Amino acid sequence: MGDLTRTHVVEGSEQGFATTRFQDLLGWARKYSLFQYPFVTACCGMEFMSFASPRFDMARFGAEAPRFSPRQADLLWVVGTISQRQAPVLRRVWEQMTDPKWVLAFGTCASCGGFYDNYATVAGIDKIIPVDVYVPGCPPRPEAVIDGLLLLQDKIATGDRTPGIIKPRVDPMQGQLVTLRTPADLDESHAALEAKVKRLGG
Amino acid sequence: MSKALVEKLKARFGARILATPSQHGDEAIVVAAADWREVHQFLRDDPGCEMQMLIDLCGVDYPDREPRFEVVTHLYSLTKKHRLRVKTAVGDADGDGADVDSLLPVWRSADWMEREAFDMFGLNFVGHPDLRRILLYPEFEGHPLRKDYPAQRTQPLVPYREGQGVQGKLAPFGPDEGMPFGRQTHDASGPSEVN
Repeated sequence: MGDLTRTHVVEGSEQGFATTRFQDLLGWARKYSLFQYPFVTACCGMEFMSFASPRFDMARFGAEAPRFSPRQADLLWVVGTISQRQAPVLRRVWEQMTDPKWVLAFGTCASCGGFYDNYATVAGIDKIIPVDVYVPGCPPRPEAVIDGLLLLQDKIATGDRTPGIIKPRVDPMQGQLVTLRTPADLDESHAALEAKVKRLGG
Repeated sequence: MSKALVEKLKARFGARILATPSQHGDEAIVVAAADWREVHQFLRDDPGCEMQMLIDLCGVDYPDREPRFEVVTHLYSLTKKHRLRVKTAVGDADGDGADVDSLLPVWRSADWMEREAFDMFGLNFVGHPDLRRILLYPEFEGHPLRKDYPAQRTQPLVPYREGQGVQGKLAPFGPDEGMPFGRQTHDASGPSEVN
């Protein structure tokens, strides 16, 4: 179950059964059966396809079924730049979705407009619709998107509607990589090899 | 290669070719707005020119010049393999009176290019049958690529969310957070018209 601390397995019968709270059960069911509506407008779409396809495998999280009608979807992926001219369309798609519904801003442009600081672009979709999870990046790495989806699942399970953001991670190996071979090493090993050949041959 | 073409045009139009700037081997001619269509018609039809292709048509705004706007076409001959740019200048300091003949009777491809130049600069192509915005929405006021359009002015079609309760549902980061550069105004007057 989603929240094991609140779930009690009652022993005694042959099959056994578990008790939990209805809201917890509902949250657990919802978080693993997200029907998504991909609103893909720009280059982040390539990264979204990679995330959805087998290498990173969105299906692992119970979110593999895209619905191309917003009336059947409960997770709106906004993937890419939203122009002012497109804003009414996005707003209407969001309004057509049935409650409960969640929104994930995929990429820097959807999150805050990115470097499009001009007359044509909406500086972040939260100007138009409420957002649950922001995944910045240009484009975000698939790992960051998986982080975002897991964060959203946690929020769904606990009923938390405050917005969350995926912060960039630091590579733990950064600055620790050791240079194994330098030209001097190579010269040295070559000289050693020559000496060995000479010794064996002579 | 296009120098012979410029000489040919000079021989044909004489003093009506106002200037022949040349840069990095790319030839250009400057004509008056009144000669705009006639020069292009000649460039397309003359057997020595044969400019079948209108590559691009665009506007340029020089706010300190009079006339203020430049209209530029890029032409290419598929048979003779030569290129030419043609320029003219229109419009007063307020951006009014930017009238230039439409090239639609000469090249059909001028249709959308002229609509784009109208959309971005407010140039009036006289004789264009359907001169309306092509990229922006009809509700948009002004022409955004004019230098006097405030750089930060946006014209949203749906009202931005505001009011009580929305603050908790706005982005949990600042407008400049994580950006290698800050958002800044490029207007001398400052961001007075920020929406």
